[in-house]
Amino acid sequence: MLRCLIWLLAKPFLWLALGLAVSGREHLPRRGPALVAANHNSHVDILALLAAMPWRTLDRVRPVGAADYFLATPVRRFLAMRLLRGIALERTVQRGADPLGPVRAALEAGDILILFPEGTRGRPEEMGPVKAGLSKLAVTCNAPVTPVYLQGAGRILPKGTRVPVPFMCSVLVGSPIAPDGDRVALMAALGVAWEDLRAMAPPLHWH
Amino acid sequence: MAEPFLTRAAFAAILVALIAGSFASIKIASIRARMVTWWVLAAVLVAALAMGPPGVTVLFALISFLALREFLSLAPTRRADRPALLLAYAMVPVSYGVMAAGAYAVWLLVLPVYGFLLLPAILLLNGRTDQYLSAAGTIQWGLMATTFCIGHAALLVYVPADEAPAGGAGLLIFLLVVTALNDVFQFICGKLIGGPKITPTISPNKTWAGFLGGWALTGALILAIGPLYTGLGWGPVILLAVLLPPAGFVGDLTMSAIKRDMGVKDASNFLPGHGGVLDRVDSLAFTAPLTFHIFAYFASERF
Repeated sequence: MLRCLIWLLAKPFLWLALGLAVSGREHLPRRGPALVAANHNSHVDILALLAAMPWRTLDRVRPVGAADYFLATPVRRFLAMRLLRGIALERTVQRGADPLGPVRAALEAGDILILFPEGTRGRPEEMGPVKAGLSKLAVTCNAPVTPVYLQGAGRILPKGTRVPVPFMCSVLVGSPIAPDGDRVALMAALGVAWEDLRAMAPPLHWH
Repeated sequence: MAEPFLTRAAFAAILVALIAGSFASIKIASIRARMVTWWVLAAVLVAALAMGPPGVTVLFALISFLALREFLSLAPTRRADRPALLLAYAMVPVSYGVMAAGAYAVWLLVLPVYGFLLLPAILLLNGRTDQYLSAAGTIQWGLMATTFCIGHAALLVYVPADEAPAGGAGLLIFLLVVTALNDVFQFICGKLIGGPKITPTISPNKTWAGFLGGWALTGALILAIGPLYTGLGWGPVILLAVLLPPAGFVGDLTMSAIKRDMGVKDASNFLPGHGGVLDRVDSLAFTAPLTFHIFAYFASERF
C-alpha cells in the first residue's frame, strides 16, 4: 500500500522527467501471472515501464534483472532488490542449477514480471537477439506475454554513460500473446509484434 | 496604473470562451480532448499569474524546456553531441534566471550571442566534423525558437505596473489570448469556408479562407481590446493588428515544415488533442517577440 502511495507521487514526476508517451496502455496486464517483455537499452527503461503501468498493479509488478550486475554493489542491490523488488537472475548457469526457479516461483504466486529478454542493454537504440528463456517461462507457467517496444531511453542514458540527457521516451505496448505450448511459434509471434511496434515509434534521427 | 478590472474582465472572457468551447465539444467529438486540455492550460496559467513574475517565469522556463526537449528529440542529433545537448538544456534556466534577475540587456545577449558562440565550441570537443554545421545549427535553432523567442512572453510580466493599463500580467494575457484565438479563428474559418489551399506542400489543412478570415477576425479583436490592455495609441495597435495574425500563421507553418521534414505529424502527445507542447507554442514563438517589441518601442521606458 505504501509502495502504491510512493508511486502515486513518483509517477507524475517520471512522466514529466522522461517525456513519456505511452500507446496501447490498455494492453498492459492488470493481474498476474503475466510477463511484460521489452527491448533493453538503458537503466531508464525500467522507470519508463513502471511509470506506464497502471498504479493499482504496482504491488504485483516485479522486474527481473541480472544478478551479476544488480547484486554487485550495495547501492545497486538496494535500488534493484529493495526499492523495485527485483528478482535477480544468474546469467551464467551452473550445471544442474535451475536459474529460472525464483522467476517461476514469482509467476506462480501471481506476480507480473518485467523482463528484458535480450539479457543486456546492448548498443543504444538497437534491439539485439532475444533469449529463449522467455518462451520457456511463458509456456511452463502458462503466462501471457505482453510485448513492449521502448524508444528514447537509450538516448537519455545509454550504456556506458552516467549523466542523463533529456529526450522524449516512447512506450509502445502490443496486445498480449497467450502461449499455446509451442515455444518456437511464441517467439516468432513476439518477434513480429516487436517489429510492428517499432514501426509505430516516432522516427529516430540519431546516429 | 494597473486596473484589476481589466484583468478580471480578461479572466471572465477566457472562462466564457472555455465554457462555450466545452458546450461546442458536446456536439463536435473531435475537439473534446482539445477542450479538456484548454481547461488545464488555463488553470495552470491562472495559478502562475497568481504567483506573480516568479511564477510566470518558472512556468515559461518549464514550457521552454518541454518544447526544446520535443524539438531535440525530433531533430537529428548525434550520440557524440550529448555534452552540447546538455549545455543547451542548461541554457534554459540560465536564460530565465537572467530575466528574473532583471538584467534585460544581458538576457538579450545570453542565447543569441554567447549561447551561439559557446555551443559550437562545446561541439568541437567531440572531434567530429561530419555534420558539425547541422548539429550546431539545429541546437541553436531549437534554443532560439523555444527559449529566446518564447521567453519574450514571460518578459512581458516584468513591464512595470504603471507602463501598461492592466500591468505586465495584462499584457501577457492579451498576447496569449490573441495568439490562441488567432489559431482558433484560422481553424474555424478554414473549416467553415474551405476553398483553395494556401500551403499544400507544408500544411495541407490550411486554406486561404482560414488565413484571411483569421487575419480579419484577430485583427478586429486586437483593434477592440489592444488599446485597453496595451495602452498603445492607434498607430502601434493597427501595426500589431496587421502584423500579429500572419506572424502566428508563419510560426505554425515553420513547425509544420520541421515536423514534415522529420516525418511526424505531432511533436508528441503530451497535450491531448493538441499534440506536443511545441505544437501549441509554435505560433507564440513568432507573436511574442513581435508584441513585446512593438510595446517596448512605443510605450516602455523600462525596455
